[in-house]
Amino acid sequence: MVVQLHESVDRKKINEVVEYFKGQIYQRPPLRSSVKRTIRVKTIYEISILDVRDKYVLLRVLCDPGTYMRKLAHDMGLMLGVGAHMRELRRTRTGPFKEDETLVTLQEVSEALYVWRNMGNDTYLRRIVLPVEVSTVHLPKILILDTAVDAIAHGANLAAPGVAALTRDVEANKTVAIYTLKGELVALGRALKNAEEIARMDKGFVARTTRVVMPRGVYPKHWKTKSETGS
Amino acid sequence: MGLREKGMGFLNKITEKSGYVNEWINVREADTSFDYGVLPYERKTVDHIRFGVINLDKPPGPTSHEVVAWIKRMFNVDKAGHGGTLEPCT
Repeated sequence: MVVQLHESVDRKKINEVVEYFKGQIYQRPPLRSSVKRTIRVKTIYEISILDVRDKYVLLRVLCDPGTYMRKLAHDMGLMLGVGAHMRELRRTRTGPFKEDETLVTLQEVSEALYVWRNMGNDTYLRRIVLPVEVSTVHLPKILILDTAVDAIAHGANLAAPGVAALTRDVEANKTVAIYTLKGELVALGRALKNAEEIARMDKGFVARTTRVVMPRGVYPKHWKTKSETGS
Repeated sequence: MGLREKGMGFLNKITEKSGYVNEWINVREADTSFDYGVLPYERKTVDHIRFGVINLDKPPGPTSHEVVAWIKRMFNVDKAGHGGTLEPCT
């Protein structure tokens, strides 16, 4: 982020103020925002000065999702006593996505589509469009049996007998990604128990389904309706 | 190699490529059927697009909302969204 100070300040003072914002900070969402405007606690995990040139300060910040950078810049201005505002911002990381070889421009997307549509070659397209599973690699994971897949695709919660495998970082109340045994993303959910507990359970719900990705009917339906169980 | 092994292998590969690690606990043994579903890297091109994500370097200027609309039109898909202004999901 580039912060523009409204007056020059000596470097030592900038260092002190930047250091002050490390750790927990309090922010009230701005007037023009779609969330409830109550004070929120956010953590600034890392903040470092990359460059200072006259009134411009280039900062690298690692923070919680939903931290307002514009507010951070403004508050730094107040602390420095000269006022400041955010001049430029670039997101260098979000979840598992970074500025690496997967980062592409609109131009590259358009060219890859052209090569696929007009030359029937999808090699470039597959380098640019990644399988949806890539967006969930940072999450704890649960793999489920074929028999459980369609129920989840219909929005049902995941029950213990449907679990085939899971990662040790599955924790109660944390987001989990739910996959088939082929590695296809079925849904996102919220775990109801920790990994060790889930591994030992043979009945009861283990995750609440929050967002379904797989369409219905890809896997066969394996649950019984009332009339079927009755007959 | 069984399909389950291939599926887990795929997840481990993409996870490790992004610098994370999966520590698995195997709970139930069953494998998965060849008859339905598909290994994520073997999807047909149209399905690959439908269940795809792009790590897009958004140009400054247009809003993420506008860029998502362009991507939708370019790919001819009806559903697309974005997470954190960086990656439109097709």
